[in-house]
Amino acid sequence: MSTPFYVSPQQAMADRAEYARKGIARGRSLVVLQYADGIVFVGENPSRALHKFSEIYDRIGFAAAGKYNEYENLRIGGVRYADLRGYTYDRDDVTARGLANVYAQTLGTIFSSSAEKPYEVELVVAEVGERPEGDQIYRLPHDGSIVDEHGSVAVGGNAEQISSYLDQRHRDGMTLAEALRLAVQALSRDTNGSEREIPAERLEVAVLDRTRPQMRKFKRIVGGQLVRLLEAGAGSSAEAGGDADAGSGAESEKDAGEE
Amino acid sequence: MEANTRSTGRLPSAFLTPGSSSFMDFLGEHQPELLPGNRRLPPVQGVVEAPHGTTIVAVTFPGGVVLAGDRRATMGNVIAQRDIEKVFPADEYSAVGIAGTAGLAVEMVKLFQLELEHFEKVEGAQLSLEGKANRLSTMIRSNLGMAMQGLAVVPLFAGYDVDRGKGRIFSYDVTGGRSEEHHFAATGSGSVFARGAMKKLFHGDLTEEQATTLVVQALYDAADDDSATGGPDVARRIYPIITVITEDGFRRLTGDESSELSRSVLERRLEQPDGPRAALL
Repeated sequence: MSTPFYVSPQQAMADRAEYARKGIARGRSLVVLQYADGIVFVGENPSRALHKFSEIYDRIGFAAAGKYNEYENLRIGGVRYADLRGYTYDRDDVTARGLANVYAQTLGTIFSSSAEKPYEVELVVAEVGERPEGDQIYRLPHDGSIVDEHGSVAVGGNAEQISSYLDQRHRDGMTLAEALRLAVQALSRDTNGSEREIPAERLEVAVLDRTRPQMRKFKRIVGGQLVRLLEAGAGSSAEAGGDADAGSGAESEKDAGEE
Repeated sequence: MEANTRSTGRLPSAFLTPGSSSFMDFLGEHQPELLPGNRRLPPVQGVVEAPHGTTIVAVTFPGGVVLAGDRRATMGNVIAQRDIEKVFPADEYSAVGIAGTAGLAVEMVKLFQLELEHFEKVEGAQLSLEGKANRLSTMIRSNLGMAMQGLAVVPLFAGYDVDRGKGRIFSYDVTGGRSEEHHFAATGSGSVFARGAMKKLFHGDLTEEQATTLVVQALYDAADDDSATGGPDVARRIYPIITVITEDGFRRLTGDESSELSRSVLERRLEQPDGPRAALL
């Protein structure tokens, strides 16, 4: 005969959170950044077929880190939710906020139900607005909470380090090439601080481009276009470095003036 | 314990069940009452009066296909609408034009567009052109009950086959029967006259511009002999909707382009009311 051990609810939840976090940390990180004309998704993904980013609806994109079968399931659920909503009401009535809420409820219920194992996923739901002020990015950790993010967000294994790197360097109104360059720099930093090169063919890049004439703003950037953008970004980041120097020069002048 | 015992707000299990990439299949499982085919019509005597869309024409040319439609909807002998739109993009590489009961047809097109988009998003790849044509077939068949009561929807489907590198046309009957048309096709009340016109004007090496002119001529001839088809309405500036699908995707001619085309055809018809003449032998 076995007597069940008593496990305090705090301990049970902590164990589940630990389990989910470990699962997510095994996956590669990905980043989502705002730029002047929309939102760009960048991640390292050796697979051409199994995507980390995907279109949910006209203006809504989806990114996920963690266990593939679990986030794929959530992604399809999201597409079904969005399409059903757009069919019953109108295309304009499908919003990232609504979708993020449904995802949060789903993840939250699964996380706290002792009958199910917690999902080892962390999601990002992004919606591109008519103007940059209208852009919305939501991060959804494994436990069903929602974090409203601005500018840049990173999820996955090395997320904390990457997001602090991005927070320091991301600014509003970056061009796509600049934002892409910054994203790749952030992703290529290892946990121990060393840098490695991520070749273009191992990158998965997608954008929600508000300037696209079509109703559906989601677009994957692949092949030659990606290589060109990466090269353009490399060129402009050198210029940006020059600007930064000029900025510090101006500051020292100002300092001199004050003296 | 739970505040809301009925629903946790999470996605219902139907949403998270892996399986079909079809939106219609999902709808059938989750909310079957939303599927147009599941609607039961109370038994009525005679024909139900509702606005009907009329003539749609399509013609292929090397490099693509043109799909166009007039702008009239009729209800019996009344013109129900002068500026109805009956040609819609189905996705990036295909378009659908509808003749028959306008209300049902517009809903069918909406569901068809969604079906293609849904598949593309879930699978990450587009359906083949044949696959798209077959889906439309299923949708028409599910409307058979309504069609028997006089509320038929008969579309014309045209698209650019990316694999074969050419434009293709599919026509349908009320039972969902699908047949591929070579060169040109027409559906709706004025289709007989439009087809006659196209038969005489079509040849294998049309340019895109010639193909768009040809469909305007065909619609003019349809309007000439069929009271339910609308001709170019110069006074109200209502001209046919003309769409072109090529390797570059779907494109709808702007109002100005369509107006210019219709006016030049009209101009010639003022001198030659029956239009261009084909050689006798």
